[in-house]
Amino acid sequence: MAEFKMDADHPGIAMDRGVQGVLGVGLDRSEGALKVSGTARYGYEHRVEGDVAYGYLITAPAAKGTVTGFDADAARALPGVIDVMLDDPRIPRQAAAFGPAHAGNDAIDHWDQVVGVAIAESFEAARAAAKAVVVHVEREQGQFDTMANIAHANPPPRDSRLQDVAKGDIDAAMAAAHAAGGVTIDQVYTTPNQVHAAMEPHASVAVWDGDQLTLHSSLQILAVAKPMLAKAIGITADKVRILSPYIGGGFGSKMLGPEAVLAAIAAQKIGRPVKIAMARAQLFHNIYRRTDTNQRIRLAADKDGKLLGLAHDSVVSQCPDGGFMEPVALGSLALYDAPVRQFTHKVVTLDMVMAGAVRAPGEAVGTLALETAIDEIAEALGRDPIDFRKLNEPAVDPLTGAPFSTRALVECLDQGAEAFGWAKRSPTPGQRREGEWLIGMGVAAAVRINLLVDSEARVTLKPDGRALVETDMTDIGTGTYTILAQIAGEALGLPMESIDVVLGDTDLPPGAGSGGSFGAASAGSSVALACEDVVAVLAERMDAKPEDMTLKDGHAVAGNRRVPLGDLVGAEALVGKGKISQGSNAKTFSQAAHGAQFAEVAVNVVTGETRVRRMLGVFEAGRILNAKLARSQAIGGMIWGIGYALMEDAVLDQRYGQFVNHDLGEYHIPAHADVPPLDVLFIEKIDRHANPIGVKGLGELSISGAGAAVTNAIYNACGVRARDFPLTLDKVLAGLPEI
Amino acid sequence: MHFTINGTVHEAEPDIRASLLDVLREHVGLTGTKKGCDRGQCGACTILVNGRRINSCLTLAVMHQDDDILTIEGIGSADNLHPLQAAFVKHDGYQCGYCTPGQICSAVGMLDEVKKGWASHVSADLDSVTLDGPEISERMSGNLCRCSAYPNIVDAISEVAGA
Repeated sequence: MAEFKMDADHPGIAMDRGVQGVLGVGLDRSEGALKVSGTARYGYEHRVEGDVAYGYLITAPAAKGTVTGFDADAARALPGVIDVMLDDPRIPRQAAAFGPAHAGNDAIDHWDQVVGVAIAESFEAARAAAKAVVVHVEREQGQFDTMANIAHANPPPRDSRLQDVAKGDIDAAMAAAHAAGGVTIDQVYTTPNQVHAAMEPHASVAVWDGDQLTLHSSLQILAVAKPMLAKAIGITADKVRILSPYIGGGFGSKMLGPEAVLAAIAAQKIGRPVKIAMARAQLFHNIYRRTDTNQRIRLAADKDGKLLGLAHDSVVSQCPDGGFMEPVALGSLALYDAPVRQFTHKVVTLDMVMAGAVRAPGEAVGTLALETAIDEIAEALGRDPIDFRKLNEPAVDPLTGAPFSTRALVECLDQGAEAFGWAKRSPTPGQRREGEWLIGMGVAAAVRINLLVDSEARVTLKPDGRALVETDMTDIGTGTYTILAQIAGEALGLPMESIDVVLGDTDLPPGAGSGGSFGAASAGSSVALACEDVVAVLAERMDAKPEDMTLKDGHAVAGNRRVPLGDLVGAEALVGKGKISQGSNAKTFSQAAHGAQFAEVAVNVVTGETRVRRMLGVFEAGRILNAKLARSQAIGGMIWGIGYALMEDAVLDQRYGQFVNHDLGEYHIPAHADVPPLDVLFIEKIDRHANPIGVKGLGELSISGAGAAVTNAIYNACGVRARDFPLTLDKVLAGLPEI
Repeated sequence: MHFTINGTVHEAEPDIRASLLDVLREHVGLTGTKKGCDRGQCGACTILVNGRRINSCLTLAVMHQDDDILTIEGIGSADNLHPLQAAFVKHDGYQCGYCTPGQICSAVGMLDEVKKGWASHVSADLDSVTLDGPEISERMSGNLCRCSAYPNIVDAISEVAGA
């Protein structure tokens, strides 16, 4: 086993010496043909032995209260109904996030809470039975308004990633700026509840074989899901196998849905496989949301534009015992230099579905506020917003004093300004008009902390010269199948067609899973390390040192010999194992990926409608493993930014605590017609301090700052400032000048 | 009752409550057509019925006696891709792949609508439609993609439409 802990930089790996030429290349997704032909199987679609029964979740029509009883006789009497399960104490009330959800249906703690499951011979019969169950609830008045309950707010939970930080006195910095003829900003920005809205609903098929449970599902991090599922159903983890080869989008939502637990306990009870998919409305109420946020930002700058103080104080919401706190200020910690710095969070408890991780927890919404405030203060100073950012670029982490592992924010801003034509922007709003449309440009910085988590992989080089890469790592659309093959191909000198990658099976070595943008760095490093084992044996058999041997096109070359890899392997396959884990480099270096987001919008002077005309994202995220797939992830995040800027808003009914727009028709995410052509540039800096393969997270970086670039462009177009996100046309219209 | 799916006649006795989508997925075993929302809002279940693109979740199977149904499995297979499928791979017109069969079926139907001269909301000239980027985006807006591969999907469709 080639194990490596990031207590220091790795001295050098075979992948780095590789000459196969597959790494970084924009190759097509290796599973592409399966996806475009509809043959890739997702959670609900796995065919299993036995007579499969269908389940449908039963939910309660209240946000808070006590269940006093059920009328289920009519449901049980419907044709095709096998069982209506309401009394199993393991019934999960909602999705599990970082631990199992509360179980049991005696109390109600959020609207549409899961209280049971109907099982039938068909989907139609199960749905009819679930709807026929009457849930009697003694309702209590719930609390649904974050700011109305601020008096009862709690500080960050003890195990939260982000604790309150105060360095210096922000009030004094604000006063000093005023006294010295400088400028200050003190504004509150709000963002609404948001949901993942992955296209595939949470879905699972559970099969028991004796005391052994197999779950076919769509889950992002199997090494976390497996023990959680075992605990939720009361068995030991060694009795659980989870398979999750294809996942129809996750974005943080697919840790362990309630349908997985229900399918398992229902299948156990009726002695048949059970499959359950959640209905779309059930997802809105039973899969954790991203909290609403109320963010106060204070900026103090001297008259030359140097920041003297920066405070980012947030209020977020959570359900009782939710644990997780949206780390709103995460991106603000080290983005700009300022001697005085304050970052605090308050958590208000509401009677709502849990708040949890949605793509880029912290930065996705924190940058909406911070990067708007930066635009505001730059304007107040009469400075170009790019120049302002460059003026306040820190040399080292301004909070910890640690050096940055790599940081290219200034280069991203400069290259982006050049490529986007930033010089053509008028600093004064409302100057460019084309017919009914006012045109503006905006910019924002992007930042996302860089993570590395434990990850293991096995690489087997077979006698026929083919390699097999195995880990329970997942591919949620991020391109894992492809990039792991590229890493192994580069390290072992094999063309892509000689490499098989098997993922998403807990029988394989436990990988990082997909989340927190740590997947490629963690799983990729484990694969590269596993290849070290294989290369060491190959070198030994070539009588060479690994660094003196060249591996290319399935051959090893050393001295004057060129030998097919299969010949070196012989009769018994070579098995390499790799394991990466985080170490002291996480503290020695301040690690984050950065970028610059540019947007050009047109705002209709009559209707207030915003059309995004073009966007450019320039990103530094370490080594780029596959140029095509990296670009795709980047444009995806930028489009999420369009959604957060202009439309995404889960509207809570303050009377009953339900999301009134609990479907994809009313919870608006960007559609084709909302999206213009997008450009992406990468500044590649291999980050040796971050992990052995020099990769940083990308999927979440690209959403960071994207929304603020859009709304800053709206301000530049028409003078309407976004402080209450999303900036829908009604809010724009209210601020438009007379025509 | 019976209907033709991808050129083969199928006999079926569907539950009268069953959507065409569920019959395809659960009874015929064609799981290439996806269920995203089950209420006609996401487009993942798009198929072609008698040549027209429809949301298969919004129609009951029993309404399709004698109909000619084309699903993603009938458009091309993994080892014999339709040009649109190949273009989606080339232009990376997907990430997770869940909306992809619906996007492709929708594109097949959409291109046929353009061929027939049907104008859209954004057509500048109602009598002569030019299939540029905005025209494709408008016509494909019934198919959501949360991974947000939209620009790549438009590139893929443009390539095939221009060929």
